[in-house]
Amino acid sequence: MRHLSEYRDPALAKKFIEEIRKVSHKKISLMEVCGTHTVAISKNGIRQVLPEKITLLSGPGCPVCVTANRDLDKAIAIAQEPGVILTTFGDMMKVPGSHSSLAREKAEGVDIRMVYSTLDALGIAENNPNKKVVFFGVGFETTSPTVALSIIEAERRGLKNYSVLVRHKVIPPAMIALLSLGEVRIDGFICPGHVSTIIGSLPYEPIAAEGIPCVIGGFEPLDILQSILMLTKQIENGESCVEIQYSRSVRPRGNEIALQTLDKVFKLADADWRGIGIIPESGHALREEYAAFDADRTFKVDIPPPKEAQGCSCGEILRGVKFPHECKLFGKACTPEAPVGPCMVSSEGSCAAYYRYGK
Amino acid sequence: MCLAIPGKVIKIKENDIADVEIGGIVREVGLHLAPETKEGDYVLVHAGYAIQTIDEEAARETLKLWEELGIVETP
Ligand code: SF4
Repeated sequence: MRHLSEYRDPALAKKFIEEIRKVSHKKISLMEVCGTHTVAISKNGIRQVLPEKITLLSGPGCPVCVTANRDLDKAIAIAQEPGVILTTFGDMMKVPGSHSSLAREKAEGVDIRMVYSTLDALGIAENNPNKKVVFFGVGFETTSPTVALSIIEAERRGLKNYSVLVRHKVIPPAMIALLSLGEVRIDGFICPGHVSTIIGSLPYEPIAAEGIPCVIGGFEPLDILQSILMLTKQIENGESCVEIQYSRSVRPRGNEIALQTLDKVFKLADADWRGIGIIPESGHALREEYAAFDADRTFKVDIPPPKEAQGCSCGEILRGVKFPHECKLFGKACTPEAPVGPCMVSSEGSCAAYYRYGK
Repeated sequence: MCLAIPGKVIKIKENDIADVEIGGIVREVGLHLAPETKEGDYVLVHAGYAIQTIDEEAARETLKLWEELGIVETP
């Protein structure tokens, strides 16, 4: 398929690996922030073919995994309210909250529906005028503009029974938070290609200004190898800037229409990240004009204090402090069939990627 | 969850909705976030919306750059 296959040629990959070997001298750790990168790296065995001096760490880039239990518990509590249909993307269904998951609640008869697009959630609201349809909005900047559009569209169609539980997250503040925690050494970031398609390259400039090179990479094997080569070169040359490898999709200013759409509907707000905690201005809240679509204001539900799964190291894995196989439960008590934590449930979770494809 | 897949815009219909072919399957996709899209363009599709048109020139440049690095043999 055009724009995929030409970036997958194994012979070319070999040449890239040789190039990387040629320029690599220092021992370095690069973090791939995005879960889609984590999966692509594991699936293509990229860790195994890199020089030993280069370590790839996985970061907090799986939106489902970084959703705090408290937020998931609230979504479940809202779903249980009378007359509610809760809609969400499929990735969220099986993630365990403190006491249950959306999938388990659905099996017990709670009206929870998986949607492919926010447009589908609007359709459900239109077809069920006597129900309150809530969309559980989880995701990064790739996804949040589509949630913003659904709210604009709900207003246009005069839908009074649609609201959103807004729990999106914004990536650059999390990267800065990890650097300031200082628990792991990060010499460079492979920045998320599709988040950056929306936000552009400018938001990473402050990170590069702190001396950490950033390369926005695509998701095919050759894209990833080239991104690693670009980062290695920057580090070896003592440089630090933001480069765009994924130029067929990422413009420096991003997608300005998507950014305007986001800004019209949402303002920045503090957000709770699993494993990291509250990061200032790393999430969204609805603007006053759109308060009628805010599930946080419509539903006053009581939820007990959140509980974390015993022995699960997802928090450390999301911060790049631990590798999945360093968790005691990995592959034993915790597998994709019987997952203990979200990093094993989500198809983009680091534990699931390591389990399925090896390192 | 940030997965986005390239597809080819086959037909632009009413209300910023287009038929987009993704891996041999035609799906309806919203063009609201990429309103400049034309029929025949490749777009990146995420959660039912095109989030960007693929820059064909940049795509060619990437492949050309690899060629110049000696990484791709000139065809
Ligand atoms: S292997 Fe399972 S228990 Fe361990 S960190 Fe990953 S998800 Fe949590």
